[in-house]
Amino acid sequence: MSDVVLAMDSVVKRFGDHEVLKGVSLQLHRHEVVCLIGASGSGKSTLLRCANLLEAIDEGHVSLFGQNLVDPRIDPDLVRRHIGMVFQSYNLFPHLDVLENVVLGPVRALKRDRAEVEEEAQALLERIGLRDRAHDYPERLSGGQQQRVAIVRSLAMRPALLLLDEVTSALDPTLVGEVLDLLVDLAHRGTTMLIATHEMNFARDVAHQVVYLDAGVLVEQGTPEQIFTNPQHDSTRSFLQRVR
Amino acid sequence: MTIDADVDASKETPNFFAPWHRRLFVGRRGLVASTVSSALIVVAIALLLFVAPGGATFRYVFFDGHNLWLAWVGDPRLGIDSLRDGMVTNIWMFLVSEVLVLFFGLMIAWCRISQSPVLLPFRVLATAYTDVMRGIPLILTMLIIGFGLPELRLPVISSQSDAVYGVISLTLCYSAYVAEVIRAGIYSVPNGQRLAARSLGLTQTVTMRRVILPQAIRNVIPPLLNDFISLQKDTAIVSVLGAIEVVRAAQIFSAATFNESGLTLAAIFFIVLTIPMTRFTDRLLAKDRAKRLVHE
Repeated sequence: MSDVVLAMDSVVKRFGDHEVLKGVSLQLHRHEVVCLIGASGSGKSTLLRCANLLEAIDEGHVSLFGQNLVDPRIDPDLVRRHIGMVFQSYNLFPHLDVLENVVLGPVRALKRDRAEVEEEAQALLERIGLRDRAHDYPERLSGGQQQRVAIVRSLAMRPALLLLDEVTSALDPTLVGEVLDLLVDLAHRGTTMLIATHEMNFARDVAHQVVYLDAGVLVEQGTPEQIFTNPQHDSTRSFLQRVR
Repeated sequence: MTIDADVDASKETPNFFAPWHRRLFVGRRGLVASTVSSALIVVAIALLLFVAPGGATFRYVFFDGHNLWLAWVGDPRLGIDSLRDGMVTNIWMFLVSEVLVLFFGLMIAWCRISQSPVLLPFRVLATAYTDVMRGIPLILTMLIIGFGLPELRLPVISSQSDAVYGVISLTLCYSAYVAEVIRAGIYSVPNGQRLAARSLGLTQTVTMRRVILPQAIRNVIPPLLNDFISLQKDTAIVSVLGAIEVVRAAQIFSAATFNESGLTLAAIFFIVLTIPMTRFTDRLLAKDRAKRLVHE
């Protein structure tokens, strides 16, 4: 049995005349952490959104656990219940307190028992040290705390994989560490993750595979050592020089 | 050395003291200024009522204590309907209308923003509806409904009271306005909220109900309140159908007594109605903000 969780095959995505993804192929295995790097506008976010069907792809295939997601009989809502997504701007629900934010998905999408879910949510909040903030509203938390709650919110769905879209890019530099620490912890626990990031040191430390995207093309893929110490392509090399 | 900086504080020393004619209005003196100006206005109105040549007549016709009381309680022997009873009619008319308007407004807004191909005919209908109903003056809708529906001679529909036709007309008209307000509210919720909700596997309907609408409604409470205040006042227009609501009762009172104090009473009624509602929603919004946001 193959342990491929997510497979994207020659995925093309266009917005009008603009081709954002030009045939990207990618595989994500169970317990694997893949980091997507590349300049802004290179298609990292779009790739993540195509993976959980927030964007419909124009050509190619996406499959999750071997099931073709392009099939019209697929219900995207059922797919998304198995894929967690965390956004650059946290996108917590401002009208709900922290606990309600975490509980909403399991209760309303999975129809699970509320008391049970709340207990799990409290345990998750405990893990990120925010149990005492469970009844605060998101806007009272710091950016780093909000982003950690957002991560916990997607974990509460017990997803098969997590998609993280530049989750530290909106944060104050002093708050980046606490979010990355949580991600490192998740990686050590074997969480399957696809991470778009600008944090090269983080990518080097946690990624099993690093993927470099440039203008919608997957230019280069390899282990962190290969990509960061011995990039094969000129564009990878120049990108890495620019971000250093 | 020559300095030619675009931003250069040293060019000249500015004077921060307010000129004499602004002194009353800067800093803490704002309170003094507002008190003084309020007092001046009150004095001016009093002067108008007491010094004008027709002041005494005006005061008698519009502000006579005995007539105000008589209008309030009514007098069956003189054929005068009590304004108190009229007010009850206005109150139930706007209460029922507001509930209906909120419901239909929401439905119309929902149809208008939906992307689903199944709802296409509803989307077209909803758009046409708002275009038409916002274009027709309320008084015309009222007359068409009030005199048209009985003409149809349908069971139930054609045998309602004028007040019910009034409620139907108000609902038809205000649903169109409120739908647009709610639609604007829905668009004011950042797209990230929808993306986050859908990423949790929530369906479109649950996303709307649990994530988008609660935020949208909060954002549009002030304009929504505006429309509701208008609606409350427009219950007065139902008088054209002959329903004995407060304005109609005041007119009957005027005709019977040649005194207009009933109109004054009606005006006071509408003011008393709106002010507590405004304060109530202000407090509601302030409480919500205090709960969600950091105290600064």
